[in-house]
Amino acid sequence: MDTLLDKPLTAKDFTTDQDVRWCPGCGDYSILKQVQSVLPEIGLKREEIVFVSGIGCSSRFPYYMETYGMHSIHGRATAVASGLKAVRPDLSVWIVTGDGDALSIGGNHLIHLLRRNFDVNILLFNNEIYGLTKGQYSPTSPIGKVAKSTPYGSLDHPFNPLALCLGADATFVARSMDRDPKHLRELILRTHKHKGTSLLEIYQNCNVFNDGAFEVFTEKSSKKNETIFVEQSKPLLFGDNNEKGIKLDGFTPIVVNVNEANVSANDLWIHDEKDRVKAEMLVRFFNDATADNHLPRPFGVFYEEERNTYEEDFNQQIENTIQQKGKGNLDDLLRGKNTWEIN
Amino acid sequence: MSTTIQDKKNVVILFAGDSGDGIQLTGSQFTSTSALVGNDISTFPNFPAEIRAPQGTLAGVSGFQLHFGSVNVYTAGDVCDVLVVMNAAGLKANLKTLKKGGIIIANTDGFDPKNLLLAKFPKDVNPLTDGSLNEYELKTIDVTKLTKTCLEGSGLGTKEIDRCKNMFVLGFVYWMYNRNIDFSIDYIKETFKKKPEIADANIKVLKAGYSYGDTTETFMNRYVVKAAPMAKGTYRSITGNQAAALGLIAAGDKSKLKLFYATYPITPASDILHELSKHKNFGVGTFQAEDEIAAVTAAIGASFGGSLGVTASSGPGIALKGEAIGLATMLELPLVIVNVQRGGPSTGLPTKTEQADLLQALFGRNSECPVPVIAAQSPSDCFDAVYEACLIAVQHMTPIFFLSDGYIANGSEPWKFPKAKDLKDIHVKFTTEKNSENTFLPYKRDEKLSRPWALPGTKGLQHRIGGLEKEHETGNISYDPDNHEFMVRLRAQKVEKIADYIPEQKIEQGNGKGKVLVLGWGSTFGSIKTAVKELIDEGHDVSQAHIRYLNPLPKNLGTILRNYEKVLIPEMNMGQLLMLIRSKYLVDAIGLNKIKGMPFTAAEIKNRVIQLSKS
Ligand SMILES: Cc1ncc(C[n+]2csc(CCOP(=O)(O)OP(=O)(O)O)c2C)c(N)n1
Ligand code: SF4
Repeated sequence: MDTLLDKPLTAKDFTTDQDVRWCPGCGDYSILKQVQSVLPEIGLKREEIVFVSGIGCSSRFPYYMETYGMHSIHGRATAVASGLKAVRPDLSVWIVTGDGDALSIGGNHLIHLLRRNFDVNILLFNNEIYGLTKGQYSPTSPIGKVAKSTPYGSLDHPFNPLALCLGADATFVARSMDRDPKHLRELILRTHKHKGTSLLEIYQNCNVFNDGAFEVFTEKSSKKNETIFVEQSKPLLFGDNNEKGIKLDGFTPIVVNVNEANVSANDLWIHDEKDRVKAEMLVRFFNDATADNHLPRPFGVFYEEERNTYEEDFNQQIENTIQQKGKGNLDDLLRGKNTWEIN
Repeated sequence: MSTTIQDKKNVVILFAGDSGDGIQLTGSQFTSTSALVGNDISTFPNFPAEIRAPQGTLAGVSGFQLHFGSVNVYTAGDVCDVLVVMNAAGLKANLKTLKKGGIIIANTDGFDPKNLLLAKFPKDVNPLTDGSLNEYELKTIDVTKLTKTCLEGSGLGTKEIDRCKNMFVLGFVYWMYNRNIDFSIDYIKETFKKKPEIADANIKVLKAGYSYGDTTETFMNRYVVKAAPMAKGTYRSITGNQAAALGLIAAGDKSKLKLFYATYPITPASDILHELSKHKNFGVGTFQAEDEIAAVTAAIGASFGGSLGVTASSGPGIALKGEAIGLATMLELPLVIVNVQRGGPSTGLPTKTEQADLLQALFGRNSECPVPVIAAQSPSDCFDAVYEACLIAVQHMTPIFFLSDGYIANGSEPWKFPKAKDLKDIHVKFTTEKNSENTFLPYKRDEKLSRPWALPGTKGLQHRIGGLEKEHETGNISYDPDNHEFMVRLRAQKVEKIADYIPEQKIEQGNGKGKVLVLGWGSTFGSIKTAVKELIDEGHDVSQAHIRYLNPLPKNLGTILRNYEKVLIPEMNMGQLLMLIRSKYLVDAIGLNKIKGMPFTAAEIKNRVIQLSKS
């Protein structure tokens, strides 16, 4: 807070005067609402926050946030944010991007941002479709997806976004959904808290072009059996009454019934966000929900690791050089090593 | 000793051999030593495209051309007086540039049957012995053998001994031009500080090369080239890429902005990155991005954050940056885009020069996307031109192109470097207050038509910018037809307005009116200057004007053009400036176009002007 007279901020303080232009019913609304209501809790001032986005429905986000913002070009929000964060480590930088924006046209920048580990937060709105361009399949659409550009079904093998991110050595990987505001709130908070690049994938319903893509995970009737919400140090449990658990059989995760006599609570997989190997298995719980013996889709923070951030090292290197060589003197630089006089 | 010493006004010498022969080092050492005695200088290093092209082949020839004089020199020279060749391929590739009667110094060991074959001489033909070089003054030296003899018992291996060969040649050429070898001795000592035995060997061979001149009487002539009439002051030698790097650092320093240089490696621009990354103690941030698009967008992000965002590439990389440059035009943030041009299209001629991308800089983006363009005319001018680009970028809140090319980027010349305090001030003021009743209008304009630069972190000035069309002043998204047309025209006017802040076009040489004007831009400056100077001396009615500000063009340019009967525009392209001038001023200008990856010779320009004057 600036002064003692400043009132604590509310969600309203983070709302702009711009009309929100998403289709009625779009999952983006719910995400916007959660972000606007979480930010006051974080305690940052509005001017310290920057939202950077690419292009897509989701990328309109910055216009609705009463913070600094840039609506950049398709796929490049990650790169814009890298430059900004490198020179302004003091800012809280948030990237809002879609599955097409982040994983198709911007795939290259995403993986490089992750390996460098800038301290920024990525909200990846995954709706498994191109919304803004009116309904073509995206890099996360399942094989066979019938969309505008694929009347006979898409042929592309889809990305598993979180496996991709872990492959790029992301230091924070998590998943939530638009339809679970409570969980989404918590995960936005965690995303903010992590120092380093935080990647939060949010399942977002595009009710116009891909309605129900995540229905099995979000609808009451199936949610409990098709999802598993992981929490630190807790066993992996799911099902209507948490009667199902995940256990490792060698390196193979299997579903067990915890009420059965031969299953002990100690046998269950205990979630550990620091365990990279297990995180890599968790993000591989990615089967089609209609497949036989499929595993539930996990939500929560799968992996978190401490690693130097790029901007720290970037600015430290400059500082170190100044320490070693002394602050640069422009006249000495212009003069160089070998000069001669003309009289 | 029967050797005579003759005075020479100017000399062009070309060192050629395998890229592994140390040609560039030999050339640059001779250059530095000549600079120290006060010669005016211009150099032209010419590299093969391959890093290690097969030894002995024509493709693997590396060249370093140096023009030094007791008179002012503006180019690396049309034809050579002296050709120093380490092997047969070096001779074959460069003989055509040696003037009749010129001197050839040849390493005989590089003309053994294997080398002759690799250089594609017919079987059993050796140009050193078959009389084909009779019209030249040929001096053959078995450099390899003499170097070996000199280092006998040094304990060095054959390979290491072989690497000293170039020092023998350098020593010999020092003798020919009566030079002091101390500068090179110091250089060798410094370079091989950690390997004294290698330093000793190189120095020994350098001295041996020098004394070889003294002790062999076959070669009669020695020359001196005295100091040139240069302006008083302190000088250093500088290449275009070094000058560009220093110009950027200076602009960062004077504007008190952090320099953020984001790029992806590409010939011939990478050396700017290499140079800048050495100078982090100036607060310089260098960012080697994953590709050119990331580089330019990261620079935009840095500018948004209040740094001086700079990105650099050559043609192919600039093509990738196009969309983001359009974004910067909409955002109206400062961004300097460096293009060190090379031959194209596509990968084209990576190591060769071309004025390839003027039209790309002006028009290579979607829609109406005006971007100012400024071009350097010589190696040291890269400093001034890029400095000026930074100044315009921050004062007019705009992306701007700085154009250099392979010729001036790698070429060098003496530079009477400025004092920091004499550099123009670059005044930057970030906005900290609301600029309208109780609100902040991010696209409200000042007298330059530029908008305020308000940094994230500034209380109360939160705002959103982006690539969608903006409403005038508020910057809100607007699809209003009238607003769009208004904004398109406004962005164009804003760039056009820069013409009020740049100097008028001046006449470089000649009268303000007359028969022929030779009009150029960029690196053709030296060739045109030399040609026009000679023509004027010979009594022709010809003038020279050279354009630095290519967008917007200086206000008085049209008037100047109409003062001449004929306008000749030499360009190393198909006529890009020509097209602009013809369409903008309806002047029937004539092009002289060379697209060979090589700079113009002054003679080429002279001949065309003479032809024109007659017609
Ligand atoms: C260079 C470029 N290519 C293509 C487009 C068109 N385009 C805009 S958004 C988009 C895809 C958006 O999909 P996604 O990132 O999933 O976001 P969503 O709209 O679904 O939120 C495309 C192809 C563009 N704006 N720029
Ligand atoms: S098209 Fe889909 S993603 Fe875009 S606003 Fe409409 S519902 Fe949302």
